[in-house]
Amino acid sequence: MTTVRISDDALARAGGADKLAAAFEAKGCVVQRTSSWGMHWLEPLVEVDGKGFGPATLDDVDAILDGTSDKAIGVIAEHPFIAGQTRFTFSRAGRTCPLSLEDYEATGGWAGLKRARQIGSEAIVEEVKESGLRGRGGAGFPTGIKWDTVRKAEADQKYIVCNADEGDSGTFADRMVMEGDPFALIEGMAIAGEAVGATRGYVYLRSEYPDAIRKMNAAIELCADIIAPFVCEVRVGAGAYVCGEETSLLNSLEGKRGEVRAKPPLPALEGFLGKPTVVNNVLSLAAVPHILTEGGAAAYKDIGFGRSRGTMPIQLAGNIKHGGLYEIGFGVTLGELVNTIGGGTASGRPVKAVQVGGPLGAYIHPGQFDIVFDYETFTEADALIGHAGVTVFDDTADMLGMARFAMEFCAAESCGKCTPCRIGAVRGVEILDRIKAGGRKRDRLELMPQMHNTKKDAGRDTGDEIGLLTDLCETMKFGSLCALGGFTPYPVMSALKHWPEDFTRNPELVEKALSEPAE
Amino acid sequence: MSDKSEIVGEIIARHHHREGPLLPILHDVQAELGCVDAESEALIAKGLNLSRADVHGVVSFYHDYKSKADPRPVVQVCRAEACKARGVEKIIANAQQAAGERVKIETVYCLGLCSAGPAARTGDDLHIRLDEAGITKLVENA
Repeated sequence: MTTVRISDDALARAGGADKLAAAFEAKGCVVQRTSSWGMHWLEPLVEVDGKGFGPATLDDVDAILDGTSDKAIGVIAEHPFIAGQTRFTFSRAGRTCPLSLEDYEATGGWAGLKRARQIGSEAIVEEVKESGLRGRGGAGFPTGIKWDTVRKAEADQKYIVCNADEGDSGTFADRMVMEGDPFALIEGMAIAGEAVGATRGYVYLRSEYPDAIRKMNAAIELCADIIAPFVCEVRVGAGAYVCGEETSLLNSLEGKRGEVRAKPPLPALEGFLGKPTVVNNVLSLAAVPHILTEGGAAAYKDIGFGRSRGTMPIQLAGNIKHGGLYEIGFGVTLGELVNTIGGGTASGRPVKAVQVGGPLGAYIHPGQFDIVFDYETFTEADALIGHAGVTVFDDTADMLGMARFAMEFCAAESCGKCTPCRIGAVRGVEILDRIKAGGRKRDRLELMPQMHNTKKDAGRDTGDEIGLLTDLCETMKFGSLCALGGFTPYPVMSALKHWPEDFTRNPELVEKALSEPAE
Repeated sequence: MSDKSEIVGEIIARHHHREGPLLPILHDVQAELGCVDAESEALIAKGLNLSRADVHGVVSFYHDYKSKADPRPVVQVCRAEACKARGVEKIIANAQQAAGERVKIETVYCLGLCSAGPAARTGDDLHIRLDEAGITKLVENA
């Protein structure tokens, strides 16, 4: 009897994997539902004896079984997209059944936790420090140092909170971990608990991920005895992007409005319910079981670039030919990712812009494609890695429209705590609309006789508006508490800087406004 | 005792022991009653010993909770950057046209299917690689 392997990842299912699985079963095959290999352009991908066929439809079933299908891609593990990767966090992707404890154990599962329990809390933190692991949520803060702070804090109760509120467009690595390898995340949380002395863990999971919620709940139930005395629970978000910010997440978890808290106090000392709390991203926690295996920390540290150690699961998204998950050591260039690995745009048109790091990440021009994936290099280039989502746009993209959307998104998702974000984003949308319209005439107020100090000429031209926008972005950048208001200027200003022709027919205006900041 | 207070009371009892029980309670009320209206807010406030303002503040903060039930089927279409890059803005008019007054088209920001958009969600079902025809069919069958 033929064994057929098909992913039950949300993306494969959205592409019709369930019907496909049923069709193979009807033909008498044994169907195993595995995690996704991460080659999304080939989903639903059908695997027979290690060989892949995709993207498969119901019409392909017979041809796949008799070996005549033209959708054959050869041996999956040897596919260039897979063979070129260094997979630590995603070592099981495509290879195991997500909710099978047998599969998990057979592929080295729980080894990290067992060893962690033997070596004790101080040694665990030392190994995480040694690995060089930095927070994968975006800020890149060293995980080991965060854990050490919580470990040293004295309290009757401490918490591990997993930030699974993956709201950034262009990112899906957290979702793939939770759907494809949920035990790895739970093991990572249990190890974190062991390291800092916490017995309770929460996974704050966004409501837009129904499959991940279901699988995480099932996985927690299945392994409850293994991770005991550590207890883990899923909490579902309620559709607020800002809750991906750690302090806002903690408020939400407590049942409050997801408003950002001022820091200090650090969550590590006063977090969930005022107790010391580790808040880590899914990818940070899922990297931990590997690091805690014998020699894992050194192996992790050996890969990477500069101060960015280890691997980054990079997500290739948007208008890209070969989209999916690509885990590789830091140091790869953006050009390699987009053009070589990703194969350029899906539409076949030239690449116009690439946004790295979600809605708050800068738009990067193809002229900067030699930039390497490394936290420091990106910061120097006024860009951010964020959660390592890479969203590609072809030459039909309207960058003024994208800048406007960045402001619109910030206005819609602002928690309302600080003025630059809450009101600035609304004003930003208005300014961009006026830039599009080529400035504005003097308005009714300015025409009133009392307003004798206003300019007497024609109102504001595009150059004035661009000056205003630059000024507003400065204010948002430095006057906001969290990254939502503070980083929204990145996509706006980078779009303006690199594609001035999309903003005005007179690009010199932009250059002038950027070189002499508004008074 | 009205039906609503019984239902809400039961939901509160189910989650009362949890740390930070409000969001799980609101999720269940929303799922069960289709909305979290003023009456439910008052019941929850009483049950958790909070002020009604506290509860209303939370309900109105999150996009997932609605103050009024809408019996129409909902199609959530992602209109975030990655789906924009794949052309969602070109097909959104088709969705709205097919929807008319019968179906509600909601905007969501990101369903995590960014490499295969435009993406949409109906209930717990997800849909990818939508084009004009695809989204029209999806809305018509909603």
